[in-house]
Amino acid sequence: MAVKPTFSKEISNLLHAAEGNPVYSCIQCGTCSGSCPVAGFMDHTPRRLIAMINAGLKDRVLASNTFWYCASCYHCNVRCPRGIDIAELMYALKRYSIWKNQYQEGLVGPVFSETFVKTILSSGRSYEPVLATSYLFTFGVQEFLQEAQTATSLMLKGRIPVLPPRIKRLENFRRMVRRIIPLGGD
Amino acid sequence: MKKYAYFPGCSLEKMALSYHLSALETTRKLGVELKELEDWNCCGATAYFHVDQLLAYALCARNLAIAEREHLDLVAPCSGCYKNMYFARAHLKSDPDLAEHINYALEEDNLHFTGSSAVRHLIEVFVHDVGLEEIKAKVTQPLDGLRVAPYYGCQILRPRKDHEDVEQPRFFEDLLSAIGAVPVEFPLKLRCCGGALILTSRRSALSMVRNLLQSAVDSGAAVIATACPLCQVNLECYQKQVNQEFGSELSIPVVYFTQLMGLALGIPPKSLGIGSELVSTRPILSYAEK
Repeated sequence: MAVKPTFSKEISNLLHAAEGNPVYSCIQCGTCSGSCPVAGFMDHTPRRLIAMINAGLKDRVLASNTFWYCASCYHCNVRCPRGIDIAELMYALKRYSIWKNQYQEGLVGPVFSETFVKTILSSGRSYEPVLATSYLFTFGVQEFLQEAQTATSLMLKGRIPVLPPRIKRLENFRRMVRRIIPLGGD
Repeated sequence: MKKYAYFPGCSLEKMALSYHLSALETTRKLGVELKELEDWNCCGATAYFHVDQLLAYALCARNLAIAEREHLDLVAPCSGCYKNMYFARAHLKSDPDLAEHINYALEEDNLHFTGSSAVRHLIEVFVHDVGLEEIKAKVTQPLDGLRVAPYYGCQILRPRKDHEDVEQPRFFEDLLSAIGAVPVEFPLKLRCCGGALILTSRRSALSMVRNLLQSAVDSGAAVIATACPLCQVNLECYQKQVNQEFGSELSIPVVYFTQLMGLALGIPPKSLGIGSELVSTRPILSYAEK
């Protein structure tokens, strides 16, 4: 009979391209948390999150904002004495939570990432004005006005593209994507 | 003449056009040819890797395969693009099954990845390939006494690649010294600017930006130099919002290192895209060709 993998194992398996050591080799030294520039804004610091993964607290891990607040600056990675690929762990958790459609309510990260992917798949390049739709709705009045002011200043300086860019061989590009993720139907 | 496949990346098309212009101008002056990669696509940024890693590798691999077809190494001025393509190449090279899967997809665009083109960051090309002595020899308008905070940010150095010093690098300082500027000791030079958190977690990113700006000001810098479009936008375009959020009065220009190099090489400011900033660059313009 198949054995259900532990959450820690499951997450380790998701580290598809990670070259680091498994999360259970963590010694809880806290170097990652001490090096993390966003730790103060996270529900749980990176060290604590790893302990929670190893304790199998899956729902609490997935419900936290920690991995969506990771800016992927890799400071923890280069300093981890056990060589754990912590930033890649955060990526793996993002993918896992999108896959499970289980994440903290009100987070912009998941919506932003999915909007970004759709933008790239339709044109081959990124286009800021479309991306803005994924986060502007979360802003309060003051933030919205500040953002509008910044965008206007940038536009006056010619720094906002008017038309979405697109690559030339877009049809080939889309067929290439379909070979990675078969969508069926054609 | 040294020649590279140049991958500008999405930001350099508009938001960071001044980086694009100054990269082309300065390399031309130093006898380096940047040939724009034909029909390049987005590298996947960070957001793409959040959703699907395999697809993100396919995006990077398409660009790498186009560079290979030209038999040129690929140069990226954006640290994010650089990191993505550097590591996509490394993973594909070390994992033949992965490469096979990606190559099956690339067939649709008549491309094939082998890993023959190396991936370089633009600043490496100046420091290692052109060389500091050569740059020094070409300087006509040394930026004498201009105090500059060298902001490395994250992804030029991290994750770790070969044996470079990821804790106390000096190459950015050395490059600034070569053009006559004075690099200040900037304690947060390797600290993250917040990256895409400026869009998804505004408050955390604004506080990160504030810390960096304050550290640069405290270091006595008149200007911050960056080598990444996202760092430039976060540090420059959000200064007003930082001031509103924290009641500070920060105002420090943030320019691309290529713009400073361009001034020192005697290139007119306008050709370097100077004038498109939200924070005035007046403190550095006195160094421009009279």
